[in-house]
Amino acid sequence: MPNSLRQTKKRVCWRWIGAFCFLMFFLSPSTFVSADQRSVILATTTSLQDCGLLDLLIPIFQRRTGYFVKTIAVGSGQAIAMGRKGEADVLLVHSPEDENQLMREGNGVNRRRVMENDFMIVGPMEDPANIQGMRSARDAFRKIALSSWLFLSRGDHSGTHAKEKMVWSLLRINPEGEKWYQQTGLGMGETLNVASEKRGYTLTDLGTYLALKKNLRLKVLAQGDPLLLNPYHVIEINPIKWRKVNAAGSRAFSEFLLSKDAQEIIKTFGANRFGSPLFTDTGKKREILGR
Amino acid sequence: MDLIFQGIKKAFYLLVTFDPEVMGITLLSLRVSGTATLISLLLGISTGTLIALTQFPGKRFVVSLVNTGMGLPPVVVGLLVTIFLWRNGPLGFLGILYTPMAMILAQAVIATPIIMGITVAAIQQLPNKLRLQILALGATRVQMVWILIKEARLPLLAGVMAGFGGVVSEVGASIMVGGNIKGYTRVLTTATVMETSRGNFDVAIALGVILLMLAYTVNLILTTIQQKEKNR
Repeated sequence: MPNSLRQTKKRVCWRWIGAFCFLMFFLSPSTFVSADQRSVILATTTSLQDCGLLDLLIPIFQRRTGYFVKTIAVGSGQAIAMGRKGEADVLLVHSPEDENQLMREGNGVNRRRVMENDFMIVGPMEDPANIQGMRSARDAFRKIALSSWLFLSRGDHSGTHAKEKMVWSLLRINPEGEKWYQQTGLGMGETLNVASEKRGYTLTDLGTYLALKKNLRLKVLAQGDPLLLNPYHVIEINPIKWRKVNAAGSRAFSEFLLSKDAQEIIKTFGANRFGSPLFTDTGKKREILGR
Repeated sequence: MDLIFQGIKKAFYLLVTFDPEVMGITLLSLRVSGTATLISLLLGISTGTLIALTQFPGKRFVVSLVNTGMGLPPVVVGLLVTIFLWRNGPLGFLGILYTPMAMILAQAVIATPIIMGITVAAIQQLPNKLRLQILALGATRVQMVWILIKEARLPLLAGVMAGFGGVVSEVGASIMVGGNIKGYTRVLTTATVMETSRGNFDVAIALGVILLMLAYTVNLILTTIQQKEKNR
């Protein structure tokens, strides 16, 4: 066989092998595995994913029960909207008023408190509105409004945004449209970054603040008001109303969250990384809001 | 600035140590976007060639529609695909929402008009007489179309690169239809968004660097093919 022909043949051969490998790689079955009865869709808030708690809890649940949890981390508002359409199996959220609405509509069953922590008001180091050390959230908000210093709102119908709106409405102040009141429309982490850059005040949950603290020029100025309690509830989506819901899976997940082991993890979570735990378990009774 | 250097350092660290999670995420990115590009290639080139070679009323309208599609916002595509794939939506019976399959679908919707638009332009810029010449030499219609596509292979490969680049770097649709589920639908872009909101800026930059390297490798291969063809 002449040398050149052999080379051509060789080249053609390699081409086919290359194309074959290429197709095998893309069309391999694992890309196309689709959902089955064993998966549970959990709609929850970004803060729980961002702080890392779910990365700790979910693998344990999956190992024990064999369910595969699809965590969709969005704002509480969006998570509840998914529940309202029967597009999630179970919710883990922190927006009590919206949750009550969901329950009244008959979309949820078995709403139970899993854990709680606190919201706090953070702001620039020099504290122009002078709210440092205040306990009452209402007083602190009023002072910020009176000082007309920049306040950053999430503006995204998240649990944090709902809480913030509640405080304003208790004060009978409507900050929307005011020059000092800006809505970011972003998640908690991004909003904290904006507040840090623009030297504004904002309402935040403890976990996100602690996680981002090293990059922020903000400090905690007011905290400890029972009004700023931040309870998280688990809600199973009503399988009678929404026939496609994985009822057994969502029940198993909510039972797991309230189990002794999970509660123990929640109670101690963050102690190593942040110096203090981020959440308290349900055992510790405090003033209960929204229930 | 420090953060950027830290990020680049972290990227190399993650790559050299073959960090299993990052490897998985990178591979999934390549797989999802590669498959989506392949699908778009079939749809885009066939439909694009058809549009370019036929005359029909309202052709200008269709072509401008395709060209507008090249700028489809990924979030809008993501939202529409999500609504279709919802359990209680029109395609809910497929049960593929929050799977890699759904991401491939959404990305194919984004990439198809890009490849189609470039195909239309590439085929139309071929000299008109070429078609007559090929037919005159006794080629069948199918053969003629095949030769035209081969003639336009340089701009078509550019189209493939644009399509792949568009989908591998988009985040809006992937996060909506995939859900950024750990070890299942988490790709480089959605992981970058998550790490940013977690405040792990160095990891986020590292993932960005890896994404750029992936895109570079794919484009290098495609460009090599393209330039080789040109020198023939």
